[in-house]
Amino acid sequence: MKDSLVLRSRIQAHPDSRCWFLAWNPTGTLLASCGGDRKIRIWGTEGDSWVCKSVLSEGHQRTVRKVAWSPCGNYLASASFDAVTCIWKKNQDDFECVTTLEGHENEVKSVAWAPSGNLLATCSRDKSVWVWEVDEEDEYECVSVLSSHTQDVKHVVWHPSQELLASASYDDTVKLYREEGDDWVCCATLEGHESTVWSLAFDPSGQRLASCSDDRTVRIWRQYLPGNEQGVACSGSDPSWKCICTLSGFHTRTIYDIAWCQLTGALATACGDDAIRVFEEDPGSDPQQPTFSLTAHMRQAHSQDVNCVAWNPKEPGLLASCSDDGEVAFWEYHQPAGL
Amino acid sequence: MERVSGLLSWTLSRVLWLSGFSEQGAARQPRTMEEKALEVYDLIRTIRDPEKPNTLEELEVVTESCVEVQEINEEDCLVIIKFTPTAPHCSLATLIGLCLRVKLQRCLPFKHKLEIYISEGTHSTEEDINKQINDKERVAAAMENPNLREIVEQCVLEPD
Repeated sequence: MKDSLVLRSRIQAHPDSRCWFLAWNPTGTLLASCGGDRKIRIWGTEGDSWVCKSVLSEGHQRTVRKVAWSPCGNYLASASFDAVTCIWKKNQDDFECVTTLEGHENEVKSVAWAPSGNLLATCSRDKSVWVWEVDEEDEYECVSVLSSHTQDVKHVVWHPSQELLASASYDDTVKLYREEGDDWVCCATLEGHESTVWSLAFDPSGQRLASCSDDRTVRIWRQYLPGNEQGVACSGSDPSWKCICTLSGFHTRTIYDIAWCQLTGALATACGDDAIRVFEEDPGSDPQQPTFSLTAHMRQAHSQDVNCVAWNPKEPGLLASCSDDGEVAFWEYHQPAGL
Repeated sequence: MERVSGLLSWTLSRVLWLSGFSEQGAARQPRTMEEKALEVYDLIRTIRDPEKPNTLEELEVVTESCVEVQEINEEDCLVIIKFTPTAPHCSLATLIGLCLRVKLQRCLPFKHKLEIYISEGTHSTEEDINKQINDKERVAAAMENPNLREIVEQCVLEPD
């Protein structure tokens, strides 16, 4: 495990405040960061160093909690504690706020674009998940307000290829939603975590979903379609989701984020014990009861809680992380020999 | 082992002081967990109660024994505080939790992780309150609310 995760560089991205989240653009050339200083910064490489290409500072009145790039890479959405989601349009190095999505009653905790680029989801402490449709004229319309969770919703993420939405909540559950006719409905509730679920990540195939929690565990859930070979019961035509693996005993504090590399399948976690960990599925493990091994453990990855980990979508092994100390770090992950 | 090396470094700094090479106290000796707990208590006891014109110490909301410090590793430790709110309503308890967190985040000089709890049996919705005051995202958002922030700032203001 020694040297499987190596530091490449560190930048003080949000001086005197926390850096809450990071997002790589679809081509992996830019990294957006956001934080407690209410700003969004866009980072790019110049030779061997990371430099700040743009600062988006007039958009929000409070902490910017998450940012997300559209699949085409021309837009960036930002979710803020000021209850608003901003949509920024990229024009070379400039970003212009073209729309603000209002409606949530209080802090917006997450925003995510569907792979089609036509749908956006947001979630909030007001316990709801909103689905928005975008048309060719960049007009946004809220098409559904989903109030299935009983508490603060922390994160939303879209399935990599289907129009399936997942949300994670302070109510300790994960919920899944799909379109039914003109509306969206909650089609599954995943129970098992014993405390707040902070984040989610689908595997490259979309068959499995990883969740991470304040209960210090990671759970892997698998989708079972009606009529599946394993005999997992489904109600009606909706798939069932079953917890097929729990990773416990590895993290010593709340796990704030999880990222599943779409290129290599490696699973990275961001933890409140200041560490970054990487897990890989053991080769030959039973798909219905997989086992994962810890392949990297970077203690003191940051001097404070790690809030986010993000795999570069084009460069295998390149991982970015950010922390309460305001720093962003770049790492190179090498799968240990023998895997 | 820690006790032996602690004793050695104490002895060394005494020798240096006696021979005029250093000021007593200027050499930073590693603090014990008990010393750290006292440092924490010293910071929280002067916090004012949000409702009454008294400090948390005067109202016995916090006491010396309500602070525990556990070592995580050489550089980091876990501070656990169990406080007893004077009245049962949730908003007061969460407000006190917020004040405790903010004061320590700003003033505690050594690296630490912090857990704050209502002492067991003192509140009907203990679990709910404990969950909220230990959720750093909720705490951060609450501190961006100008009204809440103002109350907290008044409570944690250092006495002259």
